[in-house]
Amino acid sequence: MSALSAVVADSATITRRNLIKVKRVPDLIVFATLSPIMFVLLFRYVFGGAIEVPGDVSYAEFLLPGIFAQTIVLGSTTTGASLAEDLQKGLIDRFRSLPMSRSAVLIGRTVADLGLNAISIFVMALTGLAVGWRINSSVPEAIGGFLVLLVFAYAISWLMAVVGLLVRTPEVVNNASFIVIFPLTFVANTFVPLESFPPVLQTFAEWNPVSAVVQAARDLFGNTVAGAPPPDAWSLQNPVAYTLLWTVGFLAVFVPLAVRLYSRTSTR
Amino acid sequence: MTSGSTPAIVVEGLVKRFGDTTALAGVDLVVPEGSVLGLLGPNGAGKTTVVRVLATLLQPDGGRAEVVGLDVVREAAQVRAAIGLTGQYAAVDEYLTGYENLEMVGRLYRLGKRESRSRAAELLERFDLADAASRPAKTYSGGMRRRLDIAASLIARPRVLFLDEPTTGLDPRSRLGMWEFIADLADGGTTILLTTQYLEEADRLADSMVVIDRGRVIARGTGDELKAQVGGQRLELTVGREPDVMVVLDRLRPLAAGEAQVDDQTRRVSIPVSGGTDALAEALRRLEGSGVEVLDVGLRRPDLDDVFLTLTGRGTDEAGEPGAEHAAGREPATTSGGAR
Repeated sequence: MSALSAVVADSATITRRNLIKVKRVPDLIVFATLSPIMFVLLFRYVFGGAIEVPGDVSYAEFLLPGIFAQTIVLGSTTTGASLAEDLQKGLIDRFRSLPMSRSAVLIGRTVADLGLNAISIFVMALTGLAVGWRINSSVPEAIGGFLVLLVFAYAISWLMAVVGLLVRTPEVVNNASFIVIFPLTFVANTFVPLESFPPVLQTFAEWNPVSAVVQAARDLFGNTVAGAPPPDAWSLQNPVAYTLLWTVGFLAVFVPLAVRLYSRTSTR
Repeated sequence: MTSGSTPAIVVEGLVKRFGDTTALAGVDLVVPEGSVLGLLGPNGAGKTTVVRVLATLLQPDGGRAEVVGLDVVREAAQVRAAIGLTGQYAAVDEYLTGYENLEMVGRLYRLGKRESRSRAAELLERFDLADAASRPAKTYSGGMRRRLDIAASLIARPRVLFLDEPTTGLDPRSRLGMWEFIADLADGGTTILLTTQYLEEADRLADSMVVIDRGRVIARGTGDELKAQVGGQRLELTVGREPDVMVVLDRLRPLAAGEAQVDDQTRRVSIPVSGGTDALAEALRRLEGSGVEVLDVGLRRPDLDDVFLTLTGRGTDEAGEPGAEHAAGREPATTSGGAR
């Protein structure tokens, strides 16, 4: 078996194993989809009346791409917590003693989490459509919007893999991720327009990759309106390019780092 | 050692450090192909670290180790294809069924779909798990999980099997069952390196034994050789009343070949003797008319505790603090262990 087909075969085996868990513990998927639904409804109806959005676009249309981005970035933390759990239970030791590819456990994990994220976007999109969100662009553009979101989330998964292998306790991984993920997803154009931020935060938010992802999704779903003032920062004028830059950068750094950590890590 | 056969495991001058702690301070051992080696020692002695180096999970800091003629560092990938590992805690996926666990491991050993499935079914049958095959491993008892774990490490018919404390935490009945499985495997020609804290276990399963303490080999040989080294047998008496203990010590002193041990709580006296049943008869004669109420009396062969006491002057309890193995061979994050 060639090296590449071995990686593919082993990763597929691990992905299947991770998805069986989702099947056996349906609560996982129920809560993974309930919380985004809750967010959609909360922001749409509690804050929706108070938040002014630029141009002639409804808050639901403005909000949904933001919720998509926040939810999948949060969803990516599963990668870290699950790897930490596997470490704790001695499963990583078992895998490391097998003649399998050194990257397969990580690829299988991130791919399974990508699948979970895809499911949760699908559920959120349906909820969004029910509360007034619309796709005003073409089909290829809309597909592009979902892809940009998922590709970015996949890169975050690898960052979380590194966190999980370093931190090693699932609960701590979750708490640690929240501290990073909440500011990243709130100090952004996710829920409110950037113009409402104080200047320092505004600069941070403009260059925050989460803002670019959200902006890219809004552009591609046609949720930005011609009447709105154009963004000042290059990052938001070229959100797809800027998002992909971050994605490639994350993968270039965290894939090799995670594989290296995996090869050396050991529990018990 | 059996002469003439090629060694399946060769370890020379193995050193492993964790920060300031020296877990292995130059361990040597040889396991001939097809034999069973019992690696004995108290908690924290370095048993698990030896296994982890041999299973390619840890890189040694010095010395060398070969498994089936392959270097565990330079040829780690080939080593992995030839070994099976069962750690101290059953490493099975709780959410997968027994069958799915085995099939997954078979696939990862590159057995192919059909072979993985037929081996999985075969091993479930052999390890008495066929009835539970389609239940998630979460529902298994401790003994069942351990059996599933061993089945997983056997799926690719490894030439060398590492069993790290395979019976720790099992109830006596499961332990006996596990011994039978291991003995069967050994009869089938698998080379086994087994770590244990129990001399009885090593005595029953292993062809030869290596005793380590604080990262060093302190004794080696067959069970009988080790016991001979420790010397003779133990005469053990349990008496009914506390004052009886002094009487027994007093009257039996001429028989003692070494220092007697007393367990105050159980009022048990253990005296090293030579001369076997003659010593027992003599002891009973000496206690005649003393008024001592003897509840239990017998001759016992030395156990690991006695081996330790003789070789190191310490019992196994004092040999390492509890959890020292964690500090040495594992990560602190998992110190809650033991219960699982």
